[in-house]
Amino acid sequence: MSALAAFVKKEFLHIFRDKRTLLIIFCMPIALVMIFGVVISTEIYDAKIAIVNASSEIHSQKLIEKINSSNYFKTVSYLRSSLGLEEVFRAQNIKLAILIPQNFDKDFGNGPPPTLQLIADASDLNVATTLIGNASNIIQAFAQENAPPSGAVLPFQITTRMYYNPEQRDVFMFIPGILALVLMIVSAMMTSITLVREKEFGTWRVLSSTPLPSVIIIVGKLIPYFLLSSINACLILGLAVFVFGMPIHGNPVELFLVCLLFIFTSLSLGIFISSIANTQQAAILASMVGLFLPTTFLSGFIFPIENMPVWLQPVAQIVPAKWFIEAIKRIMLKGAGLGQVLTQIYVLAGMATVLLAISIRRSRKQAT
Amino acid sequence: MSTPSIQAHQLVKKFGDFTAVKDLSLEVSPGEIFGFLGANGAGKTTAMRMLCGLLKPSFGHARVAGFDVATQTEHVKKNIGYMSQKFSIYDDLTLKENIQLFSSIYGLSSLQTQERMKQLAVQFGLEDKLKSLVSTLPLGWKQKLAFSIAVIHQPRIVFLDEPTSGVDPITRRQFWEMIFETANAGTTVFVTTHYMDEAEYCDRVSIMVEGQIQVLDTPQKIREQFSAQTMDDVFSLLARKKETPT
Repeated sequence: MSALAAFVKKEFLHIFRDKRTLLIIFCMPIALVMIFGVVISTEIYDAKIAIVNASSEIHSQKLIEKINSSNYFKTVSYLRSSLGLEEVFRAQNIKLAILIPQNFDKDFGNGPPPTLQLIADASDLNVATTLIGNASNIIQAFAQENAPPSGAVLPFQITTRMYYNPEQRDVFMFIPGILALVLMIVSAMMTSITLVREKEFGTWRVLSSTPLPSVIIIVGKLIPYFLLSSINACLILGLAVFVFGMPIHGNPVELFLVCLLFIFTSLSLGIFISSIANTQQAAILASMVGLFLPTTFLSGFIFPIENMPVWLQPVAQIVPAKWFIEAIKRIMLKGAGLGQVLTQIYVLAGMATVLLAISIRRSRKQAT
Repeated sequence: MSTPSIQAHQLVKKFGDFTAVKDLSLEVSPGEIFGFLGANGAGKTTAMRMLCGLLKPSFGHARVAGFDVATQTEHVKKNIGYMSQKFSIYDDLTLKENIQLFSSIYGLSSLQTQERMKQLAVQFGLEDKLKSLVSTLPLGWKQKLAFSIAVIHQPRIVFLDEPTSGVDPITRRQFWEMIFETANAGTTVFVTTHYMDEAEYCDRVSIMVEGQIQVLDTPQKIREQFSAQTMDDVFSLLARKKETPT
């Protein structure tokens, strides 16, 4: 067995014998995807609503059918007038009421457009906003379908609140972020910990007293994490596609290549951290502050970079995950090819090069 | 006369303004057990790391196993074994896996590895323990195994950095039996320790104070020179001399 192969085997044994490591590598990605995809989902299905229809002719009936056929709403109460609506809100715990005015059918397509009213239970503001958005979308779609061919004007009016998110499900927004987070943790944090552990236990000194070149030691330690990270990338993308129905409009191979590049950048970060940290504690702390927080909060994963204060925006530019998430979104959702994400690729590759160069310089300094 | 295993000539190591090792010169012959003594911070570890090719000397030169420690580090490393005071074998691997790892690192063939493994198993009576995790073995055993692994490739010189610290007296005695056997087989042993009774087991010892070797001779001659009963007395004499410079 060659020294490198023996070393890779040893590293795999370390990983598979440590339950905590295994847990982080394999359970955390699945848990994160599920938490963001299912549990913290802001999508609401089968919300209880009431419909107040003061008009009740052909158009209003068709609208009600359309609302009921969506899986967003479940109409639990039909009323003829808004009298007693408050009672329904309280007694039946509905979240939204859709009010169709008396002149809806009469003025449909002619005359001044009638106005629909949406009343939401705003005691839970997030739910209310979401429901209003969903209802607006359905009604908007109905208006477009039923617009009279002659008129350019829609047959009735409604103000749409969530125009920018017509069918985009929020899990599509989270998946690239989770992917970045998991690859960061496994590639950067775990490798920095395993490298520092050798230093802390004194085995590094023993290894460096052997004829084994230190490059082989580091490569041997990285290979298992590179492989496991790649598997993780496939796992998360698989969940995204098969469980959440996220599309991959671009080329899956190119998508995977970008993932591999990001893993490489993360590994360089891990090496860099291990070159400045001397204990596992320090490595974990550095990973938390240096990787975890920026990846979560500054990469655009949860908070849009455009909304950040101006002084913070340049900081976001040095977060590798920011560039990775951009590239992934473009490839998956917009169907971009590698040629259209070259900037992101160059930035990630450049970061890896700089980090590796610094780490090598530092280790050289320590040896002389 | 065969060529010396270790030959150091006026080795100096400076870290910035601080001189960790001053004009270190010594010669160790093949099969000799050389005790390298000194208080903590006296520069022992730095000197040892230079001799192992881990640290480049600022001035002076040294040859280990006939190779220059500054320029032929690869060759030096192939011919030495190293065991540190901290654990040098992996706790979460089995004995067998540890042996296989270090055999592969030193480029032993699988046949050689098998042979060495059998040999070690017999020597320790551990045939049934080869597949158990190192973490389940008692501390004394671990130290002895770490030593066996340090000499698995039958190096010409083995460097032991406080190999017996924290080990009970009986195990220490057993450990020294192993050192004697290894030295008898022709391997040079270069050992640091802070147990002065262990110094008596060495063929020759040096005592380092503030980066400089103060004495270098056989334990007996050193005791005579300082007209002391034990090496411990010599050591405290030297330490006191350092505190009140004349």
